[in-house]
Amino acid sequence: MHLGVSESMRECEYSQISTRSSTPMETPYKKKTPKKRKWEAFPGRNKFYCDGRIMMAKQTGVFYLTLVLILVTCGLFFTFDCPYLAQHLTPIIPVIGGVLFLFVLGTLLRTSFSDPGVLPRATSDEAADLERQIDVANGSTGYRPPPRTKEVVINGQTVKLKYCFTCKIFRPPRASHCSLCDNCVERFDHHCPWVGNCVGRRNYRFFYMFILSLSFLTIFIFAFVITHIILRSHRNGFLSALKDSPASVLEVVVCFFSVWSIVGLSGFHTYLISSNQTTNEDIKGSWSSKRGKDNYNPYSHGNIFTNCCAALCGPLPPSLIDRRGFVQSDTPQLAPPTNGITMYGATQSQQSHMCDQDQCIQSTKFVLQAAATPLLQQQSSEPVILTASPENGVPLPGRTSLTLGGPCTSLPLGQPTPPTSTPSLSCHEATDMLPIHGHAHNHSHPLQEPVAHHHFLTPEEVPSPPGMLHCGSPLGHSHTVQAGFYNPASQDSLHEDSVRGLVKLSSV
Amino acid sequence: FLVQTHSLQDLQQPAVSSKVFVQRDYSSGTICRFQTKFPSELESRLDKQQFEETIQTLNNLYAEAEKLGGKSYLEGCLACLTAYTIFLCMETHYEKVLKKIARYIKDQNEKIYAPRGLLLTDPIERGLRVVEVTIFEDRSIGSGR
Repeated sequence: MHLGVSESMRECEYSQISTRSSTPMETPYKKKTPKKRKWEAFPGRNKFYCDGRIMMAKQTGVFYLTLVLILVTCGLFFTFDCPYLAQHLTPIIPVIGGVLFLFVLGTLLRTSFSDPGVLPRATSDEAADLERQIDVANGSTGYRPPPRTKEVVINGQTVKLKYCFTCKIFRPPRASHCSLCDNCVERFDHHCPWVGNCVGRRNYRFFYMFILSLSFLTIFIFAFVITHIILRSHRNGFLSALKDSPASVLEVVVCFFSVWSIVGLSGFHTYLISSNQTTNEDIKGSWSSKRGKDNYNPYSHGNIFTNCCAALCGPLPPSLIDRRGFVQSDTPQLAPPTNGITMYGATQSQQSHMCDQDQCIQSTKFVLQAAATPLLQQQSSEPVILTASPENGVPLPGRTSLTLGGPCTSLPLGQPTPPTSTPSLSCHEATDMLPIHGHAHNHSHPLQEPVAHHHFLTPEEVPSPPGMLHCGSPLGHSHTVQAGFYNPASQDSLHEDSVRGLVKLSSV
Repeated sequence: FLVQTHSLQDLQQPAVSSKVFVQRDYSSGTICRFQTKFPSELESRLDKQQFEETIQTLNNLYAEAEKLGGKSYLEGCLACLTAYTIFLCMETHYEKVLKKIARYIKDQNEKIYAPRGLLLTDPIERGLRVVEVTIFEDRSIGSGR
């Protein structure tokens, strides 16, 4: 609203200027900026086609292989085997084959092209609100870092809801973050490369229909190609039958190998549907009775029939990401991919009342972030920097806090956190963060991750005022030296923030 | 010209004071339900009962959208038989209920929330994660936040 007002006021002033000068061309030009569709600004790693109507994963090579296999095998079947079979047996065979083929193709395309149930990332306001809640929950109780999980009781079973650092939301139950597509997906089953997409809540039924119909099609083709060869060999002999119809050999080979995997997969998913589990849950054994006597699946409807109906014929939820909608230019949009730093900037702007203590905290956070990130970014290319700097006499951020001794230990850097171990930040170099985060969260953006995690570490540091003030000056001292070391490195906004932080620190 | 800008300022909409987010309630599983707990920030503006009624109605509407019953099964089977092409001309049951929800929220905003300087955002615009309640600065009283 505020922005809209200032825009309108600006427009008013602008129009005043334009009446004075003689360039009316500029005003219409400004209004004609084309509106972007939301898919163009989508933060995940998906590919969009047909102006946002079609949505697929980034790697689609295997999908084209699937398509080629199906088209070629069926094409050969209809061209070489069907005429003979239609003539000598019944013309219904190609008809059934055709129907099956169309069904398979339809369900495959539907699975591959639709939104699997991607959860849109949190807006900056939502993320800030969640952060505030987490801060409040931890604030005065000491330096215990937040677990970033919520527990919820569903139908008598305790389920842990995890916080997704990329999407900045607490994941709903059964949702999971796909590292290949970089999205949280509702009722995440698995990422299928054959289909070129994730399989989740919205396209699971299509996926199941696809593998089921493909099993039937494979068995159908296999059976009738064998029949064709047998019929021919009755007349002409086996070898000449093979010579007359070489395509059949290829089809038999493809179908033979496909049958085992496809039929097996269909059987597996039939079991999953009847027990209302996802592949994810089954592999982890979340609801297995082996885990405990009282462990059961809270989502199951009780009987197989209801479970099947619910999965296959239940209501189809709409897409939550609104790919073809237009981006609202007046609402502040987070620039994808979001990292902790930009979001942090937004949070800071919302906090209008900042006392000196807060400023000190913020500044220290900026400095710590800035200090840690160049190390991480350079880690892959120049690991030497970490070892070199102590020799230069310039202390690393970790070493710095160690040298400060007493006052700085009041900062809760010594507290272990499950995924993001804060001790590694203070005592060891930030290099430790890379493998830990990469492992814990299974994201393939190691450079981004530590930054984001680092950001989330800092709100956990709620130091007591005296401890903080003690830390303030010595940190400022050692870090001003470091700023000199890092300044020539790059013109990052991160470095701007760190410089700003340093200025504030020195003023404390 | 100065006069113009002043009158524009009077006409401008009030600034956003803060936003309250009503999170999802997962205690009944994965169905769409929002917490009915009354947020403390709204205490000065709104009746607890009013708020709870709004959220409860929303919850009921979402339950209706996701209900498993004869009608939804029929729609599902019909869709499957027509290879889901039927949705090119027909709206799904869920989409119909979402439209109903949008109308309800608009109605609630006009009647109850806007007069109190509040605005409900349709959860679908937030990926069904939260019900966002925007609190506007109360200019008439004079003291904002």
